[in-house]
Amino acid sequence: MTERLSGGEMLIRALQDEGVEYVFGYPGGAVLHIYDAIFKQQRIEHILVRHEQAATHMADGYARSTGKPGVVLVTSGPGATNAVTGIATAYMDSTPIVVISGQVANEFIGSDAFQETDMVGVSRPVVKHSYLVRSAAEIPRIVKEAFYIACSGRPGPVVIDVPKDTTDPNVFFDYEYPESVSLRSYSPTTRGHSGQIKKAAGALLAAKRPVIYAGGGVIQGDAAGELTRLANRLGFPVTNTLMGLGGYPGDAEQFLGMLGMHGTFEANMAMHHADLIFAVGARFDDRVTNNPAKFAPDAKIVHLDVDPASISKIINADIPIVGPAAIVLAEIDRAVEAKLAADPDALDKRALADWRRRIEGWRNEHGLDHDQRHRKGLNGSLLPQQVVQSVYRATKGQAFVTSDVGQHQMFAAQYYKFDSPRRWINSGGLGTMGFGLPAAMGVQFAHPGAMVACITGEGSFMMNMQELSTCMQYALPIKIINLNNQALGMVKQWQDMQYGGRHSHSTYRDALPDFKALTESFGHVAYRVDQIDELDDVMADVFGARHKNDLVFVDAHIDPEEHVYPMAIKGGAMNDMVLERLDGRDDIRDDL
Amino acid sequence: MRRLLAILLENEAGALSRVIGLFAQRNYNIETLNVAPTEDETLSRVTLSTTGDETRIEQITKHLNRLIEVVKVVDLTDGDHLERELMLIKVRAVADKREEVKRCCDIFRGQVIDVTSDAYTIQLAGTSEKLDAFIRALDETPILEVVRSGVSGIGRADKILSL
Ligand SMILES: Cc1ncc(C[n+]2csc(CCOP(=O)(O)OP(=O)(O)O)c2C)c(N)n1
Ligand SMILES: [Mg+2]
Repeated sequence: MTERLSGGEMLIRALQDEGVEYVFGYPGGAVLHIYDAIFKQQRIEHILVRHEQAATHMADGYARSTGKPGVVLVTSGPGATNAVTGIATAYMDSTPIVVISGQVANEFIGSDAFQETDMVGVSRPVVKHSYLVRSAAEIPRIVKEAFYIACSGRPGPVVIDVPKDTTDPNVFFDYEYPESVSLRSYSPTTRGHSGQIKKAAGALLAAKRPVIYAGGGVIQGDAAGELTRLANRLGFPVTNTLMGLGGYPGDAEQFLGMLGMHGTFEANMAMHHADLIFAVGARFDDRVTNNPAKFAPDAKIVHLDVDPASISKIINADIPIVGPAAIVLAEIDRAVEAKLAADPDALDKRALADWRRRIEGWRNEHGLDHDQRHRKGLNGSLLPQQVVQSVYRATKGQAFVTSDVGQHQMFAAQYYKFDSPRRWINSGGLGTMGFGLPAAMGVQFAHPGAMVACITGEGSFMMNMQELSTCMQYALPIKIINLNNQALGMVKQWQDMQYGGRHSHSTYRDALPDFKALTESFGHVAYRVDQIDELDDVMADVFGARHKNDLVFVDAHIDPEEHVYPMAIKGGAMNDMVLERLDGRDDIRDDL
Repeated sequence: MRRLLAILLENEAGALSRVIGLFAQRNYNIETLNVAPTEDETLSRVTLSTTGDETRIEQITKHLNRLIEVVKVVDLTDGDHLERELMLIKVRAVADKREEVKRCCDIFRGQVIDVTSDAYTIQLAGTSEKLDAFIRALDETPILEVVRSGVSGIGRADKILSL
């Protein structure tokens, strides 16, 4: 028997049928019918946020850590526009979220009605797709399509703009949730081209100086297992992009660390000198390639991506393969396995051993650990790298780690070794400050018992710190590690390096709150740490049994002069990097 | 290099704005644009002329294909094709000029579709170059108004763009 439901009820019922557990939202006039429908049911838990931007990041964190779509509900006008930054963040990193925004009633659209914004128009450049509901009867189909589009192919955000009249509680419809979607104009590739797969396997086996360069597509495409198997069979070095960390075990011998603007010396050197680069779910972002014209001059490029538009966009691919990473990698692995079985000498083992030695040489010369051994903070102060390493030890590498944007993000990416996918969650593409805390909240909702750490900077934290209140309401035991350098550190670093040290509007030292007191005022636990000898004890406490159910904020006061290195030299090739401070600050340290 | 793209699009509100938005957003230029429903009312057909080298056109095509409402994209300039554009042009035509304008119009196989005591409105179809040539041929005749449809294109012989 079909049920008779109102538009608002159909919307919520469709979300239930889609298996949605949480809706992150904030009410307002245009969505009140929908909120009433939420009130009358138990299956979906609505999380009341404090700012709509945070709701989108929570949904995003939920999605990134689970692979399942995150859902957001906001009102029209300011509610919708507040969500735009989060939608853009999800778009740039290809994460599946569905954002339901209220809209003024159909008859008022276009009249500049109270809280009217053309949400479909405003969000158009940053969504995978969007819908404006014209009549309530369309709701089940639109919801079904929205989830399918958000999650399939290259995932991305989908907006459903819902005019208030279509959720009228007094008008009823036959509800039936569609079983399947039929979209003649949308059919994501589900397998790779077999000829290209053969060519790729051949190119991999012929390589003498190969690098596997794996990005967020490996995480989103649930292909970490397949990637690891293939890389290990070949014995090839692997580097991950900022988005790809965890796609290959971070503590493996073959792992070169992150590449790119703040990538490791060995990863960038290996890329530059490679004769074959196998890009998997990566898009040759400008933060990776540096100057594309000088990129890896000797390398043949094999590029696997689920999105044809990513291939040959920046760097021309010699062997392009369009398809889902997991399936194609498994097929390449089978082809490689077969060839190696037929001819065990198909791989040039000597050349590969030489290549590994060369990489080892670069690592010994300037690898991250090497450089850290020589450094101590100014006047015994903490170095941010030490804090991240301490978090790594205290969590045994098993935490979900979210981050914000700035130096702290790079330190987290460099020094926390992720050994499995979906553990490292940060805004790589858009670089959205304010992402870290709400993203951590989404992760914690998805994984209630798990350790979730947010490694942030005081600047970024202050962009969404109102969510501490939400954390109290829902008892989220997140651990926030604030790498407090009392400045917009990354901006300041650029000013140090490129603007003669003129710190134009990048500091606010005397205007910062007492973060410990601030967090405590929200009812949470807080620590302040500024000495290296206390560090491990504090972290052990923070991540130990005592605070299992507490949100704990650690205000770590770090050396404010620390820079992130290596750093790519603008306009150069990938092997053009600055490796240490050139303005003399390092002299102070190196004699220690 | 000039390129002519034929696009089949879901005939839905907002679909065209995504196509146009894509061009603006990705810094691709649109030289002419022409759109109308096809014999199948659920589909619109767009003919769009743009410029760019091969990689750029490849990117444009890929990004167009990424739009959910785009059903098919073809680069007509890849093969043999026909192009036509329609122009309505109103010119001042008085005294002895009237005969001269009429003659010019006949040579280009245009039609005078509206007449007043001092103006002609002429309809002319053809390639864009032909329309340009006609405007040049009018020489000193004062042009009062020009409206051009933008190019429509179709593949030659048995090349067919359909579902
Ligand atoms: C919303 C937003 N505004 C501005 C920027 C530019 N930006 C990048 S890093 C940075 C400084 C971040 O400061 P903080 O969070 O304290 O991190 P730190 O670099 O000091 O570790 C700024 C302003 C940004 N990424 N996002
Ligand atoms: Mg800071």
